[in-house]
Amino acid sequence: MILKKSAIAGTLESSDAQIAIEPGSNGIELTLSSNVMGQYGKQIKTVVLETLKRLDVENAKISVVDKGALDCTIKARVECAVFRAAEIVENLPWGRKM
Amino acid sequence: MKNRLRRTMMFLNAQRASLIKDAYVYKPDSIIFDLEDAVAENQKDSARISLYNALKTIDYRGIERVVRINGWDTPHAKEDVRAAVAAGADTLRLPKTETPEDILVVEKEIEKAEKEFNVPVGKTLMMAAVETPLGVINAYNIAKCSERLMGIAIGAGDYMRTMHTTRSAEGIEMLGARAQLVIAARAAGIMCFDTVYTDLDNMEGFTKEVKLIKQMGFDGKSIISPKQIPIVHQVFAPTPEEIEKAEKYIRALKANSEDGIGVFTVDGQMVDVAMLEGAKRTITLAKASGIYEGDL
Repeated sequence: MILKKSAIAGTLESSDAQIAIEPGSNGIELTLSSNVMGQYGKQIKTVVLETLKRLDVENAKISVVDKGALDCTIKARVECAVFRAAEIVENLPWGRKM
Repeated sequence: MKNRLRRTMMFLNAQRASLIKDAYVYKPDSIIFDLEDAVAENQKDSARISLYNALKTIDYRGIERVVRINGWDTPHAKEDVRAAVAAGADTLRLPKTETPEDILVVEKEIEKAEKEFNVPVGKTLMMAAVETPLGVINAYNIAKCSERLMGIAIGAGDYMRTMHTTRSAEGIEMLGARAQLVIAARAAGIMCFDTVYTDLDNMEGFTKEVKLIKQMGFDGKSIISPKQIPIVHQVFAPTPEEIEKAEKYIRALKANSEDGIGVFTVDGQMVDVAMLEGAKRTITLAKASGIYEGDL
């Protein structure tokens, strides 16, 4: 999936995560900040990278600020940010790449 | 399940991660994940994707998962249906329903989505919110127009606006619509649900309203806060006398039907098979309220 613009999804509320993504040119550049970095940082990175891979995003700069989000919330926010950046609003691949 | 206990249907903004992650701890009978009015216009996509991932991942412990989709006249509704069906939602709730056609057009879209996402055709139920005078007038035709429709609900917010009035403590302005909807639902053999009560600090007023709608015959109430749940469940709980009577009816009907007898008396009251459904509902409510100690 080709990203066309910068996009943000999610919030800084407790249990949520905020994702900022923009087109990149050197593979995936991921920065993560989390109040549970020690316990879950690795897991969060895995979820983010797996989600991007499933959506066929190969080049992006992505910043994640985690506020104690469940994996499904992180996945949802990454997906939302990607679709916004790709300007895709309908016929999302539910059940296939999501 | 088309017919199940639905005393409390709790609304949640599907976009709010903190709300949808563990709403099951409050044990409402249903959760209504809102993609419509609770969600800001520029967050419709976020709520939908959030809903999808939550329903695919979180175990809601048997609570019915209802999704309120956006109106069919918006650019959001079609994708709402696809996301909700793909996620395995139990029921889709249509806002501002006015005619049977409003139901049928969405039903077609649901079936299309079920086929696209390998969901058994017919599995996804529907419920309709009636929120205008025209919807109230058409309530029976709406209620009987689809096998998927498990219930109709009155929505006071838009109804007040379109009726040029406001909510009062006595509820006189809602009386006609409430009565019309319950009658329509009963005539069509489906369930009926009352509107939300928004004054969260007035639990006395809330209790009074719940008693009113229960007496009118509503099956349940839409709610907006966990603290409203125990009150509704309490009001809907049958009394010990009602439970005892229901038990007697069920046992007597069973024993007498084995002897080929269809009409008889219990404690001086004439009893026939028409009372079986009500008696069973009483036992079901008693079990759900955690107060049943019998063996039926």
